[in-house]
Amino acid sequence: MIGIIDYGMGNLFSVSKALERLDVPYKLGDRPEELQDCDGYILPGVGAFPDAMKALDDHGFIPFIKQKVEEGYPLYGICLGMQLLFESSEEGGDTKGLGLFPGKIVKFPGVDDGGKPYKVPHMGWNQLDVRQPELPLMTDVGKEYVYFVHSYVAQTSDESILYATADYHLDVPAVIGRDHVVASQFHPEKSGNPGMQLLENFCKVMVKQ
Amino acid sequence: MLSKRIIPCLDVKEGRVVKGIQFVDIRDAGDPVELAKVYDEQGADELVFLDISATHEGKKTMIDVVRKVASELAIPFTVGGGIRTLEDIKETLRNGADKVSLNSSAVNRPELITEGANYFGSQCIVVAIDARYDEEKGTWIVYTHGGRKPTEWTVVDWAKEAVRLGAGEILLTSMNQDGEKSGFDLPLLEAVQDVVQVPVIASGGAGSSEHFYDVFTEVNADAALAASIFHYKETSVQNVKEYLKERGVVVR
Repeated sequence: MIGIIDYGMGNLFSVSKALERLDVPYKLGDRPEELQDCDGYILPGVGAFPDAMKALDDHGFIPFIKQKVEEGYPLYGICLGMQLLFESSEEGGDTKGLGLFPGKIVKFPGVDDGGKPYKVPHMGWNQLDVRQPELPLMTDVGKEYVYFVHSYVAQTSDESILYATADYHLDVPAVIGRDHVVASQFHPEKSGNPGMQLLENFCKVMVKQ
Repeated sequence: MLSKRIIPCLDVKEGRVVKGIQFVDIRDAGDPVELAKVYDEQGADELVFLDISATHEGKKTMIDVVRKVASELAIPFTVGGGIRTLEDIKETLRNGADKVSLNSSAVNRPELITEGANYFGSQCIVVAIDARYDEEKGTWIVYTHGGRKPTEWTVVDWAKEAVRLGAGEILLTSMNQDGEKSGFDLPLLEAVQDVVQVPVIASGGAGSSEHFYDVFTEVNADAALAASIFHYKETSVQNVKEYLKERGVVVR
């Protein structure tokens, strides 16, 4: 059973339906006590970082997520749900994140190294450069296109957490992870077959049902 | 590298696709979900659903369509038409749409752009602009109400203002080119590309694969939208993408 963490900030409908298409049992919960008995968790998210941290806190999910991760339960963060796993974000001032991964969330500079402006948000289908193909999450996921839409990007000095990146004027961390905690900047449920493959790998390989 | 997006647009009235669709190989060519699946299989990068329902029932039916599309497809889609309030935006996005497209309602009440962007982020808010060239003024003017009503806004000024207010993308339709099938309006697109730093979707005038090539290479549009060329099967999304790929344009 996958627990989808519902703190009021995600497109839960689409991700729920994607799990149904994969025949994966799931439940939604907006309080930790509703999700105690799950085998793995999905942390979705759309919106602004500070609002999301506040909403997670209001719903009592911050200690819950940390505890479940410590106990070894698999977790998949999607989009803003990935960004929340880092130490902090500069969105709306400096806001503290869950701190499960080293690094911070910064706004795309919008100007490349040569001083040439480029568009923000990073919106559309971009190709994955898979750096750690041997990992269970990356099974059968190659140099495929997935759908990005974000204005803020993760910045980390720890290259070992980068499972895949995408090139948008800088190396965008696209899929990240360490052991049982993984995340993607893009929405797998909106990224065609490769996205569905990632979700399937998480739900059926990483999570012990 | 980001690929160029090809976006079929479906006009939906009272829950049914309109505009003489000629897909004989699907069971129900009027069903938005069936058509969405066809385009998904052809490699469409996104879909736009434009609700042109006149009745309250029709609007409610549109939400059912949104739910069904989000249930069955794994590509992003935008819903426009009749979205007037923050509540409308919330309802559309919560039922599985990825973006909403605001047109007349944003011109009437520009704060709606900001309200939506603050709540869900700019990436969810597309501002659709219907543009017609005004010979006397020597520039493009914004039209609302399905292109029936001219406004005081020039397209360049309104595009800038919409982005300042929080629009994450501009869907730019040339009324001069719409239905002509003689190519996208490159000067219009260039004028808007020059003043905004968000993605621009070119719309109006697609008649051949070459037109897509031109809009991606000559004015560097991020995406191109078309309706009849795909609906009437003059070409397919797949054919357009193959044409582009052969000529070095990055497509998925």
